[in-house]
Amino acid sequence: MKINKRLVVSLISIALGILVGVLILAISGKDVVALFNGLLKGSIGYDIVNGGINLRYFGEFLVSAMPIILTGLAVGFAYRCGMFNIGCEGQVIMGSLASCMVAILVPMPNIVAPIVCILAGGFAGAMWAFVPGILKAKFNISEVVTGIMLNYTALYGANYFLKALPGSTTQRTVEIAANATLGNDFFKAMTNNSRLHFGFIVVIIAVFAYWFIMEKTTFGYSLRATGFNKNAAEYAGIKVNKNIVISIMISGFLAGLAGAIILQGTFGYGRMMVAPENYGFDGIAVALVGGCNAIGTLFAGLLFALLKVTQPLLQTSGIPREIGDIISSSIVFFVAIQYVIEKALLKYKSYKGGKS
Amino acid sequence: MDILISMIPATLLVAAPIIVAALGGMICERSGIVNIALEGIMLVGAFAGATACYFLESHAVLGPYAGWISLVIGIIAGILFSLLLAVSTINFKADHTIAGTAINLLSVGLSVYMCQIIFGQQRSQSFMTGLNKMKDVPIFGDLFANIYPTIFIALILVVASYYVVFKTGFGLRLRSCGENPQASASMGINVYKTRYMGVLLSGGFAGLAGAMMVLTNGVQFTATSIHGVGFIAIAAVIFGKWNPFGILGAGIFFGLSSAIGIYASMIPVLNLLPPEFFACIPYVLTIVALVLFSNKTVGPKAAGQIYDVGQR
Repeated sequence: MKINKRLVVSLISIALGILVGVLILAISGKDVVALFNGLLKGSIGYDIVNGGINLRYFGEFLVSAMPIILTGLAVGFAYRCGMFNIGCEGQVIMGSLASCMVAILVPMPNIVAPIVCILAGGFAGAMWAFVPGILKAKFNISEVVTGIMLNYTALYGANYFLKALPGSTTQRTVEIAANATLGNDFFKAMTNNSRLHFGFIVVIIAVFAYWFIMEKTTFGYSLRATGFNKNAAEYAGIKVNKNIVISIMISGFLAGLAGAIILQGTFGYGRMMVAPENYGFDGIAVALVGGCNAIGTLFAGLLFALLKVTQPLLQTSGIPREIGDIISSSIVFFVAIQYVIEKALLKYKSYKGGKS
Repeated sequence: MDILISMIPATLLVAAPIIVAALGGMICERSGIVNIALEGIMLVGAFAGATACYFLESHAVLGPYAGWISLVIGIIAGILFSLLLAVSTINFKADHTIAGTAINLLSVGLSVYMCQIIFGQQRSQSFMTGLNKMKDVPIFGDLFANIYPTIFIALILVVASYYVVFKTGFGLRLRSCGENPQASASMGINVYKTRYMGVLLSGGFAGLAGAMMVLTNGVQFTATSIHGVGFIAIAAVIFGKWNPFGILGAGIFFGLSSAIGIYASMIPVLNLLPPEFFACIPYVLTIVALVLFSNKTVGPKAAGQIYDVGQR
């Protein structure tokens, strides 16, 4: 029942967000049909106008979905425990950094290398998330403010360490060891040279683990209880402060994994960044629209990735690419004001009920 | 010593928008609404300011005043954009952080989309001068030659907002809504209206800060025109203990750390530290400050809570 209501709110928000996009396009005199053609082409690679399928688009679509599903899970995990992990961005950056450093500095045998690097990313994310967690538990400091501050600390700090790696230029590091990458020639051949990589295994494990921990374990129950009502949970004997720290660390671990697969799969080298790349903020959007449950987050991640990968396609067909950003941020905005949507739904129901 | 003197303009240049945006954030939090969207509102203000400046500069009559008019346009754009935050958090009971995050995301898409419509590219056309330095003000002569007038706007606003928030009836009502809105309502204060004023004022401040930044720092608007200054402003609110003069100090300090970052390579001892170190300073110090303040109540008590009329 409750999940159903959430689902309805999310679907309405998505519809309203797309409507906003369509209206903005229409007002500015752009071709609305091209938007939907772009979305279709971006997802499965099928082009209605010119015909023909190019699976490369499908591959790239999955590539951009993987990290934001992970950051979505990350934000959702903390959110269920009453924590708003806006620091995901920084945890992604630290995950990338750790995985990059291990991959470049530590030579490892074949199958071990990618796994160790991914785990290094996860642990780095978890450690970065430990700071807002412990400050919240010990001093009751808002994890939102700490998280934002740590995002920028990570951004600049990581650049310093990336530059210090052997062979780095001011833009990027050297390629990481070939056996630490997640790329795969078979996928490349299948999807017409997209960057599709083994990261999806990490994503599938994460989605399943998220579902299992949250819904099937006592630990997950105590996390959710903490999120619902801290005082009641404390009274029931749940160690609230411990839960706060652990939940945000697991959240950070997931974000760190996202950082690791971006590095080892999508790029294969470390990049110095001048501005945040918004994986963390996309994660917030994904988690909220996905209702913070595993399957919902998976689908929401796919949706937001679609809006992202469609952008260059839209630009080439004469639509400003930012319409994708406008649609996705409007969706988040509508989820944020779900109070109104719920109220409208209630009114609609009682109106229908009164009629019959 | 010469380096120190040459660092002053750079410090004040960076400090001015931080201070102005932080004052907006402070007023907003004093009314009980947490404004994570400062960054986004600044971006929209920067877009409006840069666009207005580009079109006004070539105007025959208004041309010489283009920079100043653009600041006003930035303020108006900021106020209009902050309406989104006001409506969603005050009327629609949205979580302040989530609504703010949505608005930050929206600001990038919307402003660059508008650029694509108006200019046909992902940035604005470059304007010629933006705001002038103080060179041409006759009384001060060389003293302020390299300083932009924005820091004086910031100083005036510091004093003005101190007066308004702490010395007027409106300020008292504003602060009471941030401490205990239910009690304020019981005394006949219109919490909704007061909080609207808080959010819209902060929108105006942030819009002004954004326009100031692009007109002094840049030659055109891009998606990275603000690059995190809105978040530094949030840090300055905390570091300045929700007090205008504290914010002034925090803003100048953060400006200085950014200036040192630029000049560090010329200063002995400091040139051993990487520039990234100075970029991190505002953020790390804010966390330290939070820990130090944590056992005292400095911030508005009800900031960030969704206002529920029936709550006790």
